[in-house]
Amino acid sequence: MSSVNDRSAVKTPAAATAAAVTAPRPPNRTADARGGRTTRGAARGSGGWTPWLYLAPALLVLGGLLVYPIYQLGLISFFEYTQAQVSGGEPATFEGFGNYGRLFGDPQFWQVLLATVLFAAACVVSTLAVGCALAVLLTRVRAVPRLALMLAALGAWATPAVTGSTVWLFLFDPDFGPVNRMLGLGDHAWTYGRLSAFFLVLLEVVWCSFPFVMVTVYAGIRAVPGEVLEAAALDGASQWRIWRSVLAPMLRPILVVVTIQSVIWDFKVFTQIYVMTNGGGIAGQNLVLNVYAYQQAFASSQYGLGSAVGIVMLLILLAVTLVYLRLLRRQGEEL
Amino acid sequence: MKLSVRTAGLAAFAALLATACAPQTSTNSSSDEDEKTGTLRVWLFREVGNAPKEKVVDRVVADFEKTHQGAEVDVEYIPVDTRAQRVKAAFNDPGSAPDVMEYGNTDTAGYVRDGGLLDVTREFGDWREAKDTDPTAKQSVTVDGKLYGAPFYVGVRALYYRTDVFEELGLSVPRTMDELASTAREIRAARPELYGLVVGGAYTYGAMPFVWANGGELASGKGGSYASGIDSPQARKGIKAYTSLFGDDNCPAATCAGMGGNDTVSAFAAGKAGMAIGGDFSHTAVEAGKVKGKYAVVPLPGVKAGSIAPAFAGGNNIGVLKSTSHRTLAVQLMKRLASKKTQGELFDAMGFLPTFTDVRQQAARREPFVKPFVRTLSAGTEFVPASPAWAQIDSSLVLPTMFQEVISGKKDVTKASEDAAKKMNSAFGSAG
Repeated sequence: MSSVNDRSAVKTPAAATAAAVTAPRPPNRTADARGGRTTRGAARGSGGWTPWLYLAPALLVLGGLLVYPIYQLGLISFFEYTQAQVSGGEPATFEGFGNYGRLFGDPQFWQVLLATVLFAAACVVSTLAVGCALAVLLTRVRAVPRLALMLAALGAWATPAVTGSTVWLFLFDPDFGPVNRMLGLGDHAWTYGRLSAFFLVLLEVVWCSFPFVMVTVYAGIRAVPGEVLEAAALDGASQWRIWRSVLAPMLRPILVVVTIQSVIWDFKVFTQIYVMTNGGGIAGQNLVLNVYAYQQAFASSQYGLGSAVGIVMLLILLAVTLVYLRLLRRQGEEL
Repeated sequence: MKLSVRTAGLAAFAALLATACAPQTSTNSSSDEDEKTGTLRVWLFREVGNAPKEKVVDRVVADFEKTHQGAEVDVEYIPVDTRAQRVKAAFNDPGSAPDVMEYGNTDTAGYVRDGGLLDVTREFGDWREAKDTDPTAKQSVTVDGKLYGAPFYVGVRALYYRTDVFEELGLSVPRTMDELASTAREIRAARPELYGLVVGGAYTYGAMPFVWANGGELASGKGGSYASGIDSPQARKGIKAYTSLFGDDNCPAATCAGMGGNDTVSAFAAGKAGMAIGGDFSHTAVEAGKVKGKYAVVPLPGVKAGSIAPAFAGGNNIGVLKSTSHRTLAVQLMKRLASKKTQGELFDAMGFLPTFTDVRQQAARREPFVKPFVRTLSAGTEFVPASPAWAQIDSSLVLPTMFQEVISGKKDVTKASEDAAKKMNSAFGSAG
């Protein structure tokens, strides 16, 4: 593997899978050469099927765990499917796009969708900025502070979302919170205003998701050959310039994965909003799609409507990911 | 390893094929069997401090098993927080469902539509004790004129106030809703560290008495079709009265808008409020707080002096599941559990208010604390619409959203109540 050129060493999982697929071939060939018992035709036939055979377990698991639930989700979204249908009180009736019609006809859905997109975008940008900045910092400090930062980040990473949210909420509590006392804000309620509540949740989301970005990017930076950085430094490039023109392009595959992950996570934020704004804030001002889906659909057992929200979210995320990959590709980087 | 993964995949694939083209539904039809022996499974709610309840129930069960040879009763106490999931699961899989179940009275219509509860109209009518059942309690087991269980106990809210604060400030107990508001402001003005009357934007059942007292209604209609009444002029007056209590002169919107019922009771128990709207079931929590011995309870005053604001009649019922294979036995056990004798004992053990008017009067004589609650109940109570849509309206927070919109100044009363009515009507429309 070490003989492969440098670029694919930092390649994405896609490249790794491709390598795994082609790997099984050599034993086949050696069997051919040594024994010569199998005929050429049979060898070619089994060669055509072999990759699929090796892929089958993974495909079946993926099919069972991903495709089937999505199929069910899509199916349910076309039916009137509430608790009465599940428990057999009434028959499930096909509604076509009825659930989608109701969803798109609800002005609150559009508000929530807009809020979700903006909130997720803010979270992704902040998480990436904080994560990358700290990753660069990690490469530039001594061992002890590095260890401390790593441990702090891992602690944040390992904290369950419910616990983290509750602690953050307590920190900003109007009556007992240390933040208000330190800033001298009296009994200012952070969760009352729409933006300040979103800001509070954003802080928690960034806090619990930057470690993933930091650790991944840090690992990526360590894999960049020292000579390249040294050469850039000798040419008189500033720190910012090195990041922009050397590190960032070399880390691009890692940044792509990290960004997509963050987009997906932050778009699907549930716990933080649910816990910190008490299920969507004053008059539902802090609802995001996931909490909205839970409240409108699952808490009141309208599974058909909930599935429709799920499908819409799935399509949006797929679209975002595809567009993003497409844009990167146009810039010339093969993924 | 690979093999097991593959088998799992194959199983999933087989399941895919089996689920032809419609989502799964359970075959939860009513059971035709009526076995006279065997095990009866019972689900009751696990209360905070459940031991006294268990003792009473154990006595009932022992008695029942003695008179019904060959019948065994297996009682399980389920946590209140996760009851919704448990009950849904029971409806989906009759095999693991209980025969007899305690349930919250606002869930009745929803459970009936889900096809989970057995119609016991005939048995209830034949039951000698049933004639003393309080009409509102009876209404809470009734859907479309049929009865789906027996009322178990009722819960009702009244006004808690701090006797020491009232004495210190020379205040008298408010006799009207207007006096209530002005008294609350006086307390706040004199003691700025206290909320006058602690109110919550998400405290629906604390807010509704204001709407009802002003002649408003949640919804009107009978049988299948309901129409929201929350945007009527009377209801709007009530909404205005309640939401005007949020402000720096009583309960600052920034902290109070997000509060629910428990938050307000906690604030009162912690000595942070002059008055609060709490239930008979809040008694233990308040007794355990700082204000023990420094408070009293009166019925929440209505609009006119001397009147009582109609309270929401909360509480629980005992029902029989449709899927039971011991129909006769299960109905008999239901009657035992909800009988006058059991309810009287449960009142002594747990403080649950009986649903029989005569038993309740006796209880009030034994325990003076419940007098204001019994008076509130006798003055007439209100109940949520007996429609399966109520569960949906409740869980999608239609009413808290409406109150919070007004409190936070996002919408005025007219617009907020109009929007809430629209949402309620669409729920009534789709749930039928």
